Amino acid sequence: MYDTIIIGAGMSGLAAGIRLAHYDQRVCLLERHYTIGGLNSFYRLRGRDYDVGLHALTNFTPKGARTGPLARLLRQLRFRWEDFELAEQVGSAIAFPDVRVRFGNGIGLLTSEIERAFPNQRENFQRLINKIVDYDDLNDDLFAMSTRQVLAETLTEPLLAEMLLCPLMWYGNAREDDMDFGQFCIMFRSIFVEGLARPLAGVRLILKNLIRRFRQLGGELRLRAGVERIHVEDGRAVGVVLDNGTELRARNILSSAGWVETMRLCDDGQPVDVDQAGKMSFVESVSVLDTLPSRLGHHETIVFFNDHPTFDWHRPAEHLCDMRTGVICSPNNYLYGDSDTSRHLPEGVIRITAIASYDRWTQLPEEEYTLEKLRWYDRLCASAVRFMPDYRRHVVDVDFFTPRTIQRFTWHDNGAVYGCPQKHWDGQTHLRNLFVCGTDQGMVGIIGAITSGISVANRYLLTG
Amino acid sequence: MTNDDIREVVLDILADIAPDEDLSQLQDDVAFRDQLELDSMDFLDIVMELRKRYRVQIPEEDYPQLASMASTTSYLEPLMRDLEKVES
Repeated sequence: MYDTIIIGAGMSGLAAGIRLAHYDQRVCLLERHYTIGGLNSFYRLRGRDYDVGLHALTNFTPKGARTGPLARLLRQLRFRWEDFELAEQVGSAIAFPDVRVRFGNGIGLLTSEIERAFPNQRENFQRLINKIVDYDDLNDDLFAMSTRQVLAETLTEPLLAEMLLCPLMWYGNAREDDMDFGQFCIMFRSIFVEGLARPLAGVRLILKNLIRRFRQLGGELRLRAGVERIHVEDGRAVGVVLDNGTELRARNILSSAGWVETMRLCDDGQPVDVDQAGKMSFVESVSVLDTLPSRLGHHETIVFFNDHPTFDWHRPAEHLCDMRTGVICSPNNYLYGDSDTSRHLPEGVIRITAIASYDRWTQLPEEEYTLEKLRWYDRLCASAVRFMPDYRRHVVDVDFFTPRTIQRFTWHDNGAVYGCPQKHWDGQTHLRNLFVCGTDQGMVGIIGAITSGISVANRYLLTG
Repeated sequence: MTNDDIREVVLDILADIAPDEDLSQLQDDVAFRDQLELDSMDFLDIVMELRKRYRVQIPEEDYPQLASMASTTSYLEPLMRDLEKVES
């Protein structure tokens, strides 16, 4: 009998597990896959280390900062700031036709770039910042307000509104076309006001810290332990049945499997509304280079590009992918410490992400799937080099993931990266001892997922 | 435990929760909230650490008693005077 069974060893499940194990609960963390991390994971292929998920950790604040999500989660999980070995970004950009706006950590560079590129929007941008500062997290009606409407009322230059939406939707908008204003404010702070950083060793360093701590505290991790169903008796979740038939019992169950996915697991016939699942999924190409991106003249950490004046954020209507917008990420372009030459990645890497259709990718027959991956790898690179130096003759190895890959690793319907558009902020379900955490409960990204695990554990599972 | 011991216990817990804070300047009569950047999650941790380390149960309605060092030690004194201090 466990105190708590946690479904899914991603960032949120691990964080919740650490909190509960720290306070002496008997915790079992179940992971369907053969490795931890879920959406944010890592693997080795042909002798090279790869990351999935993480481009950059958002919400970067320097050592000694006492407020903000990063400081809070370090305190809650009892990590030192140094444990995450965060290196700040070199600098990033939003690239649209004929206009490029740079931004760094802290709002300063973005503000001066907007004054340069849109001199007549200076005061309007300040008004927008004031609205974001004034935004009250606790008000649900304000949260769901249309960001496009707020931007249209505040800025008189539509192009600027589109350019601001581009990176914030790319890094955390589960909804198609428009964005909840609450989500916009959260993302604006986490990316433009706080900032981007990355450990040299990538997401594996973060995951290794989390799992080591969880185990030190006596937590139990079971890999290849998919949950077949959550067993319900008399309105209580009493335990789970694994794919191999093993039955485990617990006082409480915390699921990071996703909202729709968790409802589907319950064996009490709970109705499942599949339309609630998120729809936004992606492809990503990873190119390993025989040189560093900076030697090709590419110094930016992340470039969010869009090849026309409006930013369209929805599933591709006609093709497997939408090449008009994308994200270029170079994990080399972080300030790892240049005086010490041992602190750098062994090879140059360029990652390009584009919007993709889950349905189209999963309907492909196997041999066509392999072929389409090659075809879209080429198209993705061709699309990106419109906004950065051409790196294609330097490529020595590649990998490519699709919505099908994401679904396999996360078990989320539609390979949805940012979860369902309608968040379940209170983490509660129809059963009084079953709770949800992760991207469907609240915030997205690594910091958001960890915060979700901590807050749901604190609120329902620690007290009492 | 004496009042001084209890004060030490609370300081230990604060040092654990907020390792970057300089606690040597802490004023006992001033609310933690006004001196340290503690949020509600941190206050929960003070309660939880007391429970974990000394099996002291603090009901939710008593949380306001933990506002400052002075009020915390006088609240904890009857609950902890018969306990031995453990080194953390």
